[in-house]
Amino acid sequence: MDWTALRVSLALGAGTIAILLPFGIWFGRLLAVRQFRGKLLVEALVTVPLVLPPTVLGFYLLVTFGARSPLGEAFQAIAGRSLPFTFEGLLLASAIANIPFVVQPIQRGFEAIPADVRDAAACCGLTPWQRFLRIELPLAWPSILTAAILTFAHTLGEFGVVLMVGGNLPGETRTLSVAIYDRMQAFDDRSAGVMAATLLVIAVATLTATTALSRRVGPRRG
Amino acid sequence: MSKPSLDWFLAIWMLIGMPSALAAQRPPTIAAAANLNFALTEIAKQFEQAQGTRVELVFGASGTLTRQIQDGAPFEMFLAADEEFPARLSAAGLTRDAGVVYAVGRLVIFAPKGSPLTVDQRLDGLAQLVKTGKVNRFAIANPEVAPYGRAAEAVLRKRGLWDALRSNLVLGDSITQAAQFATTGNAVGGLIAYSLVLSPGIAERGSYAVIPDADYPPLRQRMVLLKPAGAVAAQFYAYLQGDSARAILRKHGFAVPG
Repeated sequence: MDWTALRVSLALGAGTIAILLPFGIWFGRLLAVRQFRGKLLVEALVTVPLVLPPTVLGFYLLVTFGARSPLGEAFQAIAGRSLPFTFEGLLLASAIANIPFVVQPIQRGFEAIPADVRDAAACCGLTPWQRFLRIELPLAWPSILTAAILTFAHTLGEFGVVLMVGGNLPGETRTLSVAIYDRMQAFDDRSAGVMAATLLVIAVATLTATTALSRRVGPRRG
Repeated sequence: MSKPSLDWFLAIWMLIGMPSALAAQRPPTIAAAANLNFALTEIAKQFEQAQGTRVELVFGASGTLTRQIQDGAPFEMFLAADEEFPARLSAAGLTRDAGVVYAVGRLVIFAPKGSPLTVDQRLDGLAQLVKTGKVNRFAIANPEVAPYGRAAEAVLRKRGLWDALRSNLVLGDSITQAAQFATTGNAVGGLIAYSLVLSPGIAERGSYAVIPDADYPPLRQRMVLLKPAGAVAAQFYAYLQGDSARAILRKHGFAVPG
């Protein structure tokens, strides 16, 4: 069992949530309550990472931020490290790959809030911020939780992007899913088996948690 | 509500910060061709005992690793499975010098237990099997990214089997993946690295024959110190040219120059 790889995986999952959740709440709500021109296109773009092969994302990230690209050079000059083959680079890739997993459930959550509820709150004299914090957010909470858990689980399972953008650097970009591949390559089936079982258990546990949570704190409809 | 959420926030940031904090005191990372998986691990272990310092090993196809080095991967040293990839890196100004040849690899034909393939130096058994149409899958490393794949292609071409076999080839991303395919019964056999066949747990999975050196261009394996190399990497570089490392390489089926 590669504990360092497990820690990298968990850090990647938590970091992706930390980056994406604020964005997801803002953007999901925007898509739910606003009508604007080109909304269909925006919604399609949000969904694209869901159907895109991870290698496509990996390719573009490497081409954009690799040491040989102007953008990569600029980033290196400013930050002192490159984005590919670092944990930060993985975090960026993971955040992009997980956009649909965050935005979609949250958008559905805000959409499920009846317009009457919002109107009533506005009539009571609540400011938009108060309405958001005290009415909408509690109502959409189960969806937000689902989004977070899905993102976490999906990040742990991410493989293609991680291998392409991160390489296989222990303690930095070798996640548990890459470590399994690495051990397989070294004919070390035992370690690979242990780590595969670990990921399986985590996956089942997170999905069970999502289902249980969505039942217990299901949205209260007026 | 506000206090626990702050705790969460801190916990998350600690988690994120951890890998970077680990990065600061990490031993040098060495990129190595996949066919070195067992030999180099053993050498690194001995190096650690002898010198008291550790190196971190990352294995992959030489082409993949070259690409990663060009894209800025933080390796300090690169042990390739050929001479071409190190030359490309040194032409791009990414290495200290042209490096040295540390080993010469050899190719074997391998057939797992229960396979209809009989192995021999001249691949007569394989030719026979091709004629009867009984080859479903035959494993080699991808000639585009793996030097051992190029050697395998050269051997198959020399024996006039390349065109007939082409549609039945399964290409491993690296020579270790090809060895996986060839030794686990998922293919009738394959052309793989001698060094992998000699590693623990593989030889008893089937039978093999070493291909004569004259049948393919020599698999001279070159290593180079990369620009970011520090003192420990340089020490390891020197250690690899010493007697104890060379003995280990020989034991693992490599020919050693000099």
